[in-house]
Amino acid sequence: MIEDGGPIFRQVAALVENAIVDGSLAEESQAPSSNELAAFHRINPATAAKGLNQLVADGVLYKRRGVGMFVAPGAREQLLKRRRSEFADQYVRPLMAEARKLGISGRELAAMIDRWEEAR
Amino acid sequence: MTAAAAVHDVTMWFRGHTALDSVSTAFEADAITGLLGRNGAGKTTLMQLLTGHRLPTRGRVEVFGATPYEDDAVLARVCFVKEGQRYPDQFRVRDALGAAATVFPGWDADLAADLVRDFDLPLRRPVKKLSRGMVSAVGIVIGLASRAPLTLFDEPYLGLDAVARRLFYDRLLADYAAHPRTVIVSTHLIEEVGDLLERVVLLDTGRVALDADAESLRTSAVTVTGPTAEVQAFARRHELLHLESLGGHSRAVVRSRADDVPAGLAVEPTSLQQLVVALSLRGHTVPAPAAAPDDLEEVPR
Repeated sequence: MIEDGGPIFRQVAALVENAIVDGSLAEESQAPSSNELAAFHRINPATAAKGLNQLVADGVLYKRRGVGMFVAPGAREQLLKRRRSEFADQYVRPLMAEARKLGISGRELAAMIDRWEEAR
Repeated sequence: MTAAAAVHDVTMWFRGHTALDSVSTAFEADAITGLLGRNGAGKTTLMQLLTGHRLPTRGRVEVFGATPYEDDAVLARVCFVKEGQRYPDQFRVRDALGAAATVFPGWDADLAADLVRDFDLPLRRPVKKLSRGMVSAVGIVIGLASRAPLTLFDEPYLGLDAVARRLFYDRLLADYAAHPRTVIVSTHLIEEVGDLLERVVLLDTGRVALDADAESLRTSAVTVTGPTAEVQAFARRHELLHLESLGGHSRAVVRSRADDVPAGLAVEPTSLQQLVVALSLRGHTVPAPAAAPDDLEEVPR
């Protein structure tokens, strides 16, 4: 799960975010601790803590003194909004680049997506 | 950074050979630092200096604010798990652990018992009858259960199988998380250990080649592949660490962020291991392999 390249703390933050987005980590529920994350992903606890602190700074998690970190109310909506705004850059851009290389027009691509949707 | 241990301009000469050459570095308190480098780079010598096993030819060694050499107060807080540690001939496993229990004030007997079970160590067997891997496991048990404020592991995994190494990493992380302390691990298994490290010190022929945050190193270099002219143009604008060419194509390890790479070049992240190899090979040219027979033109008879 932890890959080469890219800061690990960001990857840790992204994994926690994924759990919030897909609903497995509900709002107001307790997030895994930095030590739990470190043990699970076999990474340095300081790195895991950095990932969690990033999420606190982003308002996705909040701290309860002496208890741990919890998912902030509205966190899922906030993450969905951000991920939607990043979607074009992260997924559409490489898709378009490859399509252009192969001579597939934007219209053909749209038709392809429609067919794919129908087939499911 | 608060340093638990440091060397200041340390040089170590052995007969006609400089093991460490004006080395200055500090080991951050309560962090896990990886001490990396090729065989003969000076890792073990540096650890011997930090643990008071040797005096430097020149320079100053500082551990918890004092000189470790012959200072019992400092050495009681230091545990050095040596590569190929020897024990007295008649020692059984339980004697080795018993001796460690008397030496280290922070010894945790319950943890030691857990680890003995983890590694399937036979307590009554003489240490000299143990396999290589089991002797390594005894060292790991002592290193972890000592809870020493400064714990050094010098290639602690020799002879250990993949399962036992995994156990070591997991137990180290768990116990370090519960009881933070300064840990220095020398290792060649960078791929396995890299993610556990907070800091990295790379030695190359007795000098410090790298002394940095492990996290920042992961994003400090990229591997780019593409037409040689473009790769070289890109490398000229940054620091080139390693270059290999085949035909008109080249692959280069370059100190750069991924977002600086021009569109025409394929870019891959550079792992800690790749970075260490590239830095250790800097200045060496890798000879191109001879063309395979099927690349040769057929000679008309």
